[in-house]
Amino acid sequence: MAFRTLLAKKTLALASSFAPVSASGDRWLGASLHRVRTLTVASLPDLPYDYGALEPIISGEIMKIHHQKHHQTYITNYNNALEKLDAAIAKGDASAVVQLQSAIKFNGGGHVNHTIFWQNLKPTNEGGGEPPHSTLGWAIDTNFGSLEALIQKMNAEGAALQGSGWVWLALDKGSKKLSVETTANQDPLVTKGATLVPLLGIDVWEHAYYLQYKNVRPDYLKSVWKVINWKYASEVYDKETA
Amino acid sequence: MQHQVTSFASYGAFRTSTPPPPISPFSGAWRNKTRGIKTETGGTRLPRHAAIVAQLELKPLPYSLDCLEPHMTRQTLELHWGGHHRAHVVRLNNLIAGTDLDGKGLEDILLATYNKGNPLPAFVHAAQVWNHDFFWQSIKPNGGGHPSGKLMELIERDFGSFDTMLENFKQAAVTQFGSGWAWLAYKANKLDVGNAVNPCPSEKDNRLVVLKSPNAINPLIWNYAPLLAVDVWEHAYYLDYENRRADFVSVFVEKLVSWEVVSHRLRIAMEQAAERARKETREDDDEEATRSDAVEMYLDNESDDSETE
Repeated sequence: MAFRTLLAKKTLALASSFAPVSASGDRWLGASLHRVRTLTVASLPDLPYDYGALEPIISGEIMKIHHQKHHQTYITNYNNALEKLDAAIAKGDASAVVQLQSAIKFNGGGHVNHTIFWQNLKPTNEGGGEPPHSTLGWAIDTNFGSLEALIQKMNAEGAALQGSGWVWLALDKGSKKLSVETTANQDPLVTKGATLVPLLGIDVWEHAYYLQYKNVRPDYLKSVWKVINWKYASEVYDKETA
Repeated sequence: MQHQVTSFASYGAFRTSTPPPPISPFSGAWRNKTRGIKTETGGTRLPRHAAIVAQLELKPLPYSLDCLEPHMTRQTLELHWGGHHRAHVVRLNNLIAGTDLDGKGLEDILLATYNKGNPLPAFVHAAQVWNHDFFWQSIKPNGGGHPSGKLMELIERDFGSFDTMLENFKQAAVTQFGSGWAWLAYKANKLDVGNAVNPCPSEKDNRLVVLKSPNAINPLIWNYAPLLAVDVWEHAYYLDYENRRADFVSVFVEKLVSWEVVSHRLRIAMEQAAERARKETREDDDEEATRSDAVEMYLDNESDDSETE
């Protein structure tokens, strides 16, 4: 547990230092024997707030399962896929490399998206819900007319999304324009445009709200703005438009 | 155990349609009032005098809301059937009201709105209404156990064993990423490729398959005959199993599935496949006959160069 809180990532080489060494000097790792190679795998980032800190907007129960079960599962599966990919590349097994792509996209995307999501949320007593000012505030007014219009658009697109996915406030690094995008399943925002940077993402998979809001996704979307971390969005915006 | 079928207010089979929105004089539609007016959903709005239409209704569940406890709780059924399924019925009715899809059967609406892979807005609702009807009928209190008869015979023929089929089914269900469904289906179709002919067609070409589909898609669009479905949208299991989809699917096959219904569906599917095959053989025979007539006519042609001088 301590490892996870100290390190954002860990290397496979580090873990393997505890693995027994064979006669030829190679290390046993799990069921396969292979030479130690530095493979950076993902690990679960800690939330910057307690599970219950976003109540009553998002329940502690949801936050705990969302973080410890869903996000952790994406990470576990992503790491498995990465190890398999590493082995396939080393062997030159193109067929296996291709076959792993969907697992990497699903699970890697899940990890990428949720890592951003935890930063997009903030307890109200720590600034969650406070509207954006200065640069991002003006950009929103320019691109959408007003903050209310942006929120309405994101809520409409989020509610209309069929199945599972995300709704994003995106910045185009090239044109510096803001836009609202949706992605299906765990597709990261870049799948909608290579120059798109996520400022805010709202998870509209049912697991993000069902225990509390049941089938009324629009209610979840209406409420979630009270815990949106506009400060983070502003920081990303300022960095990309500097 | 009490058996009250607590049904939420369901729609009558027939009700007057809501009048179409007013037609602007500039839309051109007022000139076409005797012909169908194209709508954005791809249907054709019928003239105002076609007022009484059949509306689809939310079919009551074949069991009461707490009969599937503890495997599927009352709360889940209330939300899943009473919330999600109902909403699709309402949205579908709204979208097809007054169009030429109005009054058609659900399967016809589903296939029409699938629009050969370019689905129209009504598709997701039509498909989800069909899928959920199918799903509720696939399960029953004290379900599970083993199939028998022809169904078991085909399962063992096509999968090796019942357990292997269940394994495949569960795998499909847990690897359907995002929302969707897992299916057991009977595949008895031929590809629509003009000159590809199976020289030795036999019943053995038809087989059981396990497959998965995203969101609202179902195997009818591939012309398969669905036999069993499990809903793996998160709303189907989240209240009872949280993120543990695999546990839900295990309970589904062990405690809920009605193999009698699956067997019945297989019987119908096989009959339909046999009927289709008979029809196609008749058509092929007819074609053969006309072709040989043509050949004979050619041989009889007097102006043809032949040995007879």
